[in-house]
Amino acid sequence: MSNSIEELGDTDYLLVLGSNTTETHPVIALRMKKAVRKGAKLTVVDPRKIELTKWATRHMQPKIGTDIALLNAMCHVIIKEGLYDQSYIDRKTEGFEGLAAHLDMYTPEYAERITGVSAQDIIDTAREYAEASPKAAVCYTLGITEHSCGSHNVQAVSNLAMLCGNFGQRSAGVNPLRGQNNVQGASDMGALPTDLPGYQKVERPGVREKFEAAWGSPLPKRRGITKITALDQMIRGRVKALYIMGENSIASDAHANHSRRAIEACEFVVVQDIFLTDTAQLADVVFPAAAFAESEGTFSNSERRVQRVRKAVEPPGEAREDWRILLDMFEAMGYPQTMTTASEIWDEIASVAPILAGISYERLDKEGGLQWPCPTPDHPGTEYLHKEEFESGEGVPGFFAPVDHIAPAEEPDEEYPYVLTTGRRRSTYHTGTQTGRVDGFELLVPHEWAEISPHDADVLGIEDEEVIEVATRRGVVTVHAKITDVSPPGTIFMSFAFPESTMTNVLTSDAYDFITETPEFKACAVKVTKLAVAEDAVAAGD
Amino acid sequence: MNATTPSETVTEALLEVNGRSVPYSEGGRVLGALREAGFDVPTLCYESRLEPQGTCRMCLVDVEVDGRIEQVASCTAFQQPNMKVTTHSDSLKEYRRTILDMLLSETGPQAECPQCLSFNKCEFHSATDEYGADAGWLNPITPREKAPDPNPFIQRDYDFCIGCFRCTNVCNDWEMAGAITVDGRSQESKIFSFFDNELLKSPCTFCGQCINTCPTGALTNKKIVGTTIAEKLERTKTICPYCGVGCGIELLTQDGELKGSEPDFTAPSQGSLCVKGQFGSWDFVKSADRLTTPLIRKDGELQPASWDEAISLVASKFQHYKDTDGPDSLVLWASARVTSESNYLMQKFARVAVGTNNIDNCSRT
Repeated sequence: MSNSIEELGDTDYLLVLGSNTTETHPVIALRMKKAVRKGAKLTVVDPRKIELTKWATRHMQPKIGTDIALLNAMCHVIIKEGLYDQSYIDRKTEGFEGLAAHLDMYTPEYAERITGVSAQDIIDTAREYAEASPKAAVCYTLGITEHSCGSHNVQAVSNLAMLCGNFGQRSAGVNPLRGQNNVQGASDMGALPTDLPGYQKVERPGVREKFEAAWGSPLPKRRGITKITALDQMIRGRVKALYIMGENSIASDAHANHSRRAIEACEFVVVQDIFLTDTAQLADVVFPAAAFAESEGTFSNSERRVQRVRKAVEPPGEAREDWRILLDMFEAMGYPQTMTTASEIWDEIASVAPILAGISYERLDKEGGLQWPCPTPDHPGTEYLHKEEFESGEGVPGFFAPVDHIAPAEEPDEEYPYVLTTGRRRSTYHTGTQTGRVDGFELLVPHEWAEISPHDADVLGIEDEEVIEVATRRGVVTVHAKITDVSPPGTIFMSFAFPESTMTNVLTSDAYDFITETPEFKACAVKVTKLAVAEDAVAAGD
Repeated sequence: MNATTPSETVTEALLEVNGRSVPYSEGGRVLGALREAGFDVPTLCYESRLEPQGTCRMCLVDVEVDGRIEQVASCTAFQQPNMKVTTHSDSLKEYRRTILDMLLSETGPQAECPQCLSFNKCEFHSATDEYGADAGWLNPITPREKAPDPNPFIQRDYDFCIGCFRCTNVCNDWEMAGAITVDGRSQESKIFSFFDNELLKSPCTFCGQCINTCPTGALTNKKIVGTTIAEKLERTKTICPYCGVGCGIELLTQDGELKGSEPDFTAPSQGSLCVKGQFGSWDFVKSADRLTTPLIRKDGELQPASWDEAISLVASKFQHYKDTDGPDSLVLWASARVTSESNYLMQKFARVAVGTNNIDNCSRT
């Protein structure tokens, strides 16, 4: 997030895209509701009638995967009506003329034809957003990024925010809400094929040399491969060994049958986890890890806040903290490390990553969490980014990159007439390895549901809670139907928290964003069949 | 003496609490000033995250402004420069004791308070102890009734309810869930959830804010209450293991065993949690399904092995692939679930010990 969670409660305008905030980030949703109570306008952009729409001043329901057309049309209106922040654009951006020319065709009427959202709603939203700027905040979650055009979606959001000068201001900005407790930290630490710790690019001149000096070891020159590429290379036999820490990849990655084939094809697989997950069951060696309550360390949250995680109890049996297992692995490979505590590991992190250089366990214990960038021990941390200047990459101004509408890779057709979109529910988390083992949660969400509109259920003759079959070109599952007007006609929603009974991700798309290689979890074409009908079809086929 | 520098001409406005001077804060309440001065009064209806109610009358203090003395609820009254505040005169103490006597006469026995027994001394009974309250001189009034509610998360022992309405205020004004309300008036008033007083059928999301704000044992965590002993409980501040909001929690342990969690009100999340952080952060840790020993696949089956055996097997295999197929034949996936320290070590291990940049995490999946 460019800004902080608390600031959202004081904003004048919230544009929430592809984020089911009350379910996936309930405590951030509190700040959104607070802002609305104080008079802020809230526009929710989501194909589904999610709970947050009850608080919204406007709900726009675009067809799944048409966000760029919508955002481009908003920018079109803002440019045509001269509602942009000329001073900000002059001082801190490049490429405005190119963007303006590019957006000429994205009239609200053109966008209406693509998105299904009325031109007037688009015009009104654009005007309101511009009027509230520079105290207008955009929040988005995976409904923006998990598309084959995900990185272009993000660029379209960024163009809108830059047009109205919403960077470097309190209660404004572009705020991707991070999904997992330490997804921010994992990337901050350089667990990326392109980046060393603190987002220092592997292939940028001087970076590798700096880390070679710090770590006293030669380092590989070329960037590594992403998870998506790695899976392909396992099937091709080019990747022989895989070491997975704390991830149930088979149940959480898109196109699960492909993931399973790939991991099975890999010659040697090591999984380090707290449970024998679907993925761990495929391993050659399993390392038992300590859970969060048994570990010392830090998590970094969505607002870049580094916070201390403290050990309360001993791990069971011979399970060990992840970092202790890794220290043992260093030793066994002939690269012994001098660090012996989590605090000492952090000190090394701070010594190599300038954005974290001012953070120490001593400060975290005394001051609570600190938000990076925090370059020096006397720096208070950074509540919101770009306060002094708009930083983009090398310090050059923010660049308006024109982007075009790209439809999802797989669209509904006669055979697969519905769109499946996936996400989370409040009381079930990810692949259910944790929430599936919490007493009482079975009363809140007892099993996977395929949420279907009353209209579609009626057409298909499906009753509430009836077990149905949902199939794509890649796989098939059985699942309980849940008839709800949250889903618009034509759209099915499922989570992926009950992989033992319903492995949702065998359905999801094999398409991915061509820049980030993020899979298109949010759109694929499915068919929905009553189970009796499906069984009859199989019998007839025999 | 240089009287012209602005910093010396502006004198800081003060107010006085029991003879002790504290800085005046514009817009600040008297309660803030008296706490700043190192004093305290019971605040049974006060919830620091919400607008003050001023209904329990326990925080009443004497204030003197311009020679005029009056009694005000310190949670609602605004500070004024030169105000003189008295917090513990004999009459104020007597007044508070009388209210507490009356509250004791209409609630269940202190010795049975679920909050005091299982967690920590509740705010109400801390106050009754401090003021030596005793309901003996009053005719006991039948306490409110417990709510027979089958939900597995929130225990509703309304025989300990003192009618402060913090729970309904926090549900409606902080959480904005609107799951519970006050039904009835005065002594007949009770907390009710829509639609038939069972929380599972109401809009309740089980965020647990009502439990955490309740100043008595009327609302407690049903998953924990009765399994812990307040005096033995230890608390460890940490971070919720679920989503990226990173709410602060305190893990509860007793004799080295994990018993549950409570919100950390000192964290930036200000005590907010959702159902996962409130009720879902310990069962899985204690699950019998946890892996407790390294496993090595032998004859097609994963079988228990020693750490030494497992680590050296992995190291030799990795070395083999590194030597024969090159470092890029190995891939490592770090985790958005584990600590940054472990992620740091894994990427360093990939780059230094294996010699590949084939390190990724699930931020793209």
